[in-house]
Amino acid sequence: MRDRVLIFAGLSLFLALVTYPVWQGLAARSSTAGPVLPATAAGQKCVAPRDVMRVAHMEMLMSWRDLKVRENQRTYTAADGTVYTIDLTATCLTQCHGPKEKFCDSCHAYAGVPAVNCWSCHTSPPAAPNPGELR
Amino acid sequence: MKVTRKDFLRIAAGSVVAAGTGTLVHALSGSAPATAATVGESKQRWGMVIDLRQCRQQGECDQCIRACHQTHNVPEVPNPAHEVKWIWNEPFAKVFPFQQSEYTRQADGGTLPVLCNHCASPSCVRVCPTKATWKRGDGIVMMDYHRCIGCRYCMAACPYGSRSFNYVDPRPHLRQVNPEVPTRSAGVVEKCDFCTARLAKGELPACVEACPQGAMVFGDLNDESSPVRQLLAERYSVQRQPHLGCGPSIFYLV
Ligand code: SF4
Ligand code: SF4
Repeated sequence: MRDRVLIFAGLSLFLALVTYPVWQGLAARSSTAGPVLPATAAGQKCVAPRDVMRVAHMEMLMSWRDLKVRENQRTYTAADGTVYTIDLTATCLTQCHGPKEKFCDSCHAYAGVPAVNCWSCHTSPPAAPNPGELR
Repeated sequence: MKVTRKDFLRIAAGSVVAAGTGTLVHALSGSAPATAATVGESKQRWGMVIDLRQCRQQGECDQCIRACHQTHNVPEVPNPAHEVKWIWNEPFAKVFPFQQSEYTRQADGGTLPVLCNHCASPSCVRVCPTKATWKRGDGIVMMDYHRCIGCRYCMAACPYGSRSFNYVDPRPHLRQVNPEVPTRSAGVVEKCDFCTARLAKGELPACVEACPQGAMVFGDLNDESSPVRQLLAERYSVQRQPHLGCGPSIFYLV
C-alpha cells in the first residue's frame, strides 16, 4: 500500500493523456454540429436535387468546365428543363449560393476536405455587392 | 530446295520493289493527320485585319490594349521580366524585320498593335504536352488554364512571342477585377483568346470595339462577303513572317 501515491499519479497521468483530445476540442470550442447553410430563397431551386449535388457537385463542376472551355457550350439544361448559363461565379455563387466562404468553405472545412484549387483564378462574389473587390 | 544465286537475287529485287511500292502507296494515300488537334469543325475561321494607316493617325494610342487587359484581368506586373500581355504595341522593325529598307524606315515609323495570330497551323498547339492549348474549329487557338502545367513549351514554339507566363501571382497586380472573367494564377501561360466569351454573346472583341479609328476589323476569313475579306481583296496586306508556315489569321494593311 506504500505505492498508492505512485499508482494514482500514474493513473491520472494516463487519464489526462487519453482524454487530451477531448479537452483540446473543448478549449477550441469545436462542435460536431454540421455546417448551417443559408435557407433556399422562395422560388429558388437547385440545378439538381440536393442529394445528388451533395455527392456529385464536383463531377458537375468538372463537366461544366469541360463543356464551356473545351466545347464552347455555354448553357446547361437541367432535368426539369431550366437552362442555366455555365458560370461558377455568376451562376452558382452570385445567383444562388452567395460568397464561397458562406457556402463552399463551410462544408469543406467541416468535412476536412482541403481547399480545392478553384479560387486562385475564379472570384467569389463579395458578401455585400462591391464589384471589383478581390476575394 | 536449292536456292541458286540467280533465285536469291530475283527474290531480293522483288522484295525491294514490293516494300518500296508499299511505302509509296502509304505516303500518297495517307495524308498526315495535321488537323488532329482541331476540335469541333465549323465553317468559320475568325481573323482580323488591322489598318495601320488608321492606327497611325491616332498617334500614341493604347486604347485597344487597355480595353483588352481590363476585360480579361491581365495584370500590370512592374517587373518587365514578369510582364503579362495579350495585346501590345511593338516597333515596326521588330514586327516586320524583313520589310525594312533605309528609304522606307521613315514611313514605317512608330509602333503597331500585335497579339496572338490564331495561326492556321499553330506551333504552340503542336508542342503542348497536355492539350491545354488547342485549335478550335472556328480557328481560335484556345487555352484551358485548368490544364496548363506551365511547362512553357508553347512559349518557346510561338515565333511571335504571343504568350506570357505568370511568374508571380497576378492578382496583386490587378487594378480592378472584372468579375465576369476569372483571373489566372502563378504558373500558367496565358494569351489572347479572341474574346471567345464575347463572341459567344454575339459581341465583337473588346479591342475592336475600343478602337476609336475603327482600325481593327474582325470577321470570318472563310466568308467572301465578310468585311475582313473585302478589305483583303481591296488592299495590300501583310502577315507577320508568313514564311515560318504558321499561317497567321491577323493581317496588317500597311
Ligand atoms: S501566334 Fe503564337 S500563340 Fe498564337 S496561335 Fe500562333 S503560334 Fe500559337
Ligand atoms: S505551358 Fe501550358 S499551354 Fe504551354 S505547352 Fe505547357 S501545358 Fe501547354
